[in-house]
Amino acid sequence: MLTLIKQSPFSARVGLLIIMINLSAILLAPYIAPYGETEFVGDVWDTMSYEHLLGTDQLGRDMFTRVLYGARNTITIALAIVMLSFTVGCTLGFVAATLGGWVDQVLGRLVDVIMAFPTLIFALMVLSVMGTSIPTLIVVIAILDSTRVFRVSRAVAMDIEVMDFVEVARLRGEGLWWVMRYEILPNAMPPLIAEFGLRFCFVFLFISSLSFLGLGIQPPTADWGSMVRENAGAISFGIYSPMYPAAAIAILTIGVNLVVDWMLNRSSLLRT
Amino acid sequence: MSHLIDIKQHKPLLDIKQLNIEGYDGEHWKPIVNNIDMTLKRGEVLGLIGESGAGKSTLGLASMGYAQTGCRLASGTIDFDGMDLMGLSDKEKIKLRGSRISYVAQSAAASFNPAHKLIDQFAEGPVQHGIMSYKDAVEKAIDLYKRLDLPDPENIGFRYPHQVSGGQLQRAMVAMAMATDPDIIIFDEPTTALDVTTQIEVLVAIKDVISEMNTGAIYITHDLAVVAQLADRIMVLRHGNLVEEGPARRMLEHPKKEYTRRLLAVRVAGEEKLRQKKDPDVVLEISNVSAAYQKNINIVDGINLKVKRRKTVAVVGESGSGKTTVARIVTGLLPANAGRITFTGETLSPDLASRDRDCLRRLQMIYQMPDVALNPRQKIKRIIGRPLSFYFGMKGKQATARIKELLSMVELPEKYMNRYPAELSGGEKQRICIARALAANPELIICDEVTSALDQLVAEDILKLLQRLQNELGISYLFITHDLATVKAIADEIVVMYKGRIVEQGIKSEILKPPHHDYTELLLSSVPEMDPDWLDNLLEERAA
Repeated sequence: MLTLIKQSPFSARVGLLIIMINLSAILLAPYIAPYGETEFVGDVWDTMSYEHLLGTDQLGRDMFTRVLYGARNTITIALAIVMLSFTVGCTLGFVAATLGGWVDQVLGRLVDVIMAFPTLIFALMVLSVMGTSIPTLIVVIAILDSTRVFRVSRAVAMDIEVMDFVEVARLRGEGLWWVMRYEILPNAMPPLIAEFGLRFCFVFLFISSLSFLGLGIQPPTADWGSMVRENAGAISFGIYSPMYPAAAIAILTIGVNLVVDWMLNRSSLLRT
Repeated sequence: MSHLIDIKQHKPLLDIKQLNIEGYDGEHWKPIVNNIDMTLKRGEVLGLIGESGAGKSTLGLASMGYAQTGCRLASGTIDFDGMDLMGLSDKEKIKLRGSRISYVAQSAAASFNPAHKLIDQFAEGPVQHGIMSYKDAVEKAIDLYKRLDLPDPENIGFRYPHQVSGGQLQRAMVAMAMATDPDIIIFDEPTTALDVTTQIEVLVAIKDVISEMNTGAIYITHDLAVVAQLADRIMVLRHGNLVEEGPARRMLEHPKKEYTRRLLAVRVAGEEKLRQKKDPDVVLEISNVSAAYQKNINIVDGINLKVKRRKTVAVVGESGSGKTTVARIVTGLLPANAGRITFTGETLSPDLASRDRDCLRRLQMIYQMPDVALNPRQKIKRIIGRPLSFYFGMKGKQATARIKELLSMVELPEKYMNRYPAELSGGEKQRICIARALAANPELIICDEVTSALDQLVAEDILKLLQRLQNELGISYLFITHDLATVKAIADEIVVMYKGRIVEQGIKSEILKPPHHDYTELLLSSVPEMDPDWLDNLLEERAA
């Protein structure tokens, strides 16, 4: 692991640093946040000061605290979504690539149907009908995203599946699960990790968009997207409040992308 | 006296002195080619031979002042017709390449752009260098295609690379290299990827054209019989050092250095085959089997074949003859649509999925390319250990002991257990594949061109190993190959295949003795021999 980081280019290290900072925000939020998540502590849209590092938001809550908790809420939900979509998408993608034939066709067409829906509208529809609880949110976005993961993992698996060592395993009599788990998956990791990072960014932005539209994470829970929406009015007064959560979204997205770029570079050279 | 005049008039076209080429391995610059002196006169063919990794291609490319990515021409002089290539700028070198020094790559299929016609790719060089117009280039192309004996020379240039065969494509690449009447052509293993019968056509074409145009040529190859046909002088390289150099005939008849002698030795069977007293039982019997990918179009037809215990049956043929298909039918990857296969007395079900585990265990397969036959993410311990745990339930200490035993059987040290395949050489990886097959205690091993991707010396060791294992463990082999030298070394019986059918089969001594089936005759006569006059003699015979 350490040699990996030693050989990484500068941009990847910047990306890793950003991710580390965000991870510590998630883990340490309750301990380092100066105030409570929903506590009213000051005047509306106070400027930056020693007591309020990033000022206050539109209701007088401390912005710094809200950004920290927003990291916690949004990132954990995004991670849950991507992990679920990857589990579903990769399994189906590997199965489709390995079995081929009609299984591949059926799964492919099913995925095509789901992908044909515009994602935002589909999500809005389902969430309006089923309510915006966190589990519903996770499942809906995960299913929408798993289609993209299916496509990528299927393509990667097809490249690996034609190698002789997979045929060796088949001739030995290994079952489908064994072949997928031990022959295909280890070789598919570099591009899949890269895809994981990219999906995370997209999901992240998607949740933020949904929250911005009012159908994602509900107030008063801190969430970067809804914070941008709620504070948007400040711009007209020349107050920078909405920039902090927006910048946080942008920085995290860039950080993950830098690491993903590095992973993609490595995986193209790693091909034996 | 005339000898002295010759020297004055024929100053070397290419004069390389004390050349050092280094490669960057991520941390240091390591030497690849050490202090090589090389000269080439106009109209002379220099053969560069050696194993892979010897530095032949690197040296060949250095003749045009080119260093591959990650390499640099560290020191020395490369004198081409009075200019020192080391001192030229990139722009000036680019002017030379493709116009005065040309390069013919190993794989024509990989070197041609599949999106452009052959003739456009031919014309690109001379037009870019401003030597001739497109129309003139097309005329020249057709002329060269005629001289290289390509079929339908007027129109073949207007096809795409995938529409012509391998041998034709290779000749088209030679034509492309000759487009600008270069002074030197560097041939980098141009016939390695071709069948023996196609190889002849290309060799003849190269030989004719070089002598007509009085071009200097550097011919890089690891196949010595081939270089014997073409070269005037031969240089032997090993690990980037010059081993021996001299006129071709002298080198082939009286090589001075031990290494050269080893390279030139005709392959022999290392160990005696054990004599057997009684008629051995039949391990595998294929009766009247055919198979097809699409309905009604059989790619193999009427295959009848028997493999006896402790014997090796070699299946020979060109690419496309159906040899690998037979292997796939036996293993169940391609179900037969007619006929029957019995393995140790029981009928094999045609489909892989319906065979039981023990049956699968006793029939193992080794592949041509060990790089793709081993999972790069698994350690050797795991690769060999899996068949042990899968078939015999062996785990822990027992498995480790058995893995060590298997590694010593294939002559590899114990410490390789914890390595990844990428840390092994080609020959070592193939030994691991053999060890993996042995781990299952098989009765029959199908060897699918197992030595084709290896150097001659390494391949010879692998064949010796396989023979020793057959003597010790009593395994039968179904040996698929296109290399007749291998067949002569290892086979007990030979099966000759052509276009999906068996044309001739029998015991080795019978098959190799005339009279032969026409195709067997063609195949046997197409294998190059060490005699420099072989190619000329063959052409005379065939023309008669």
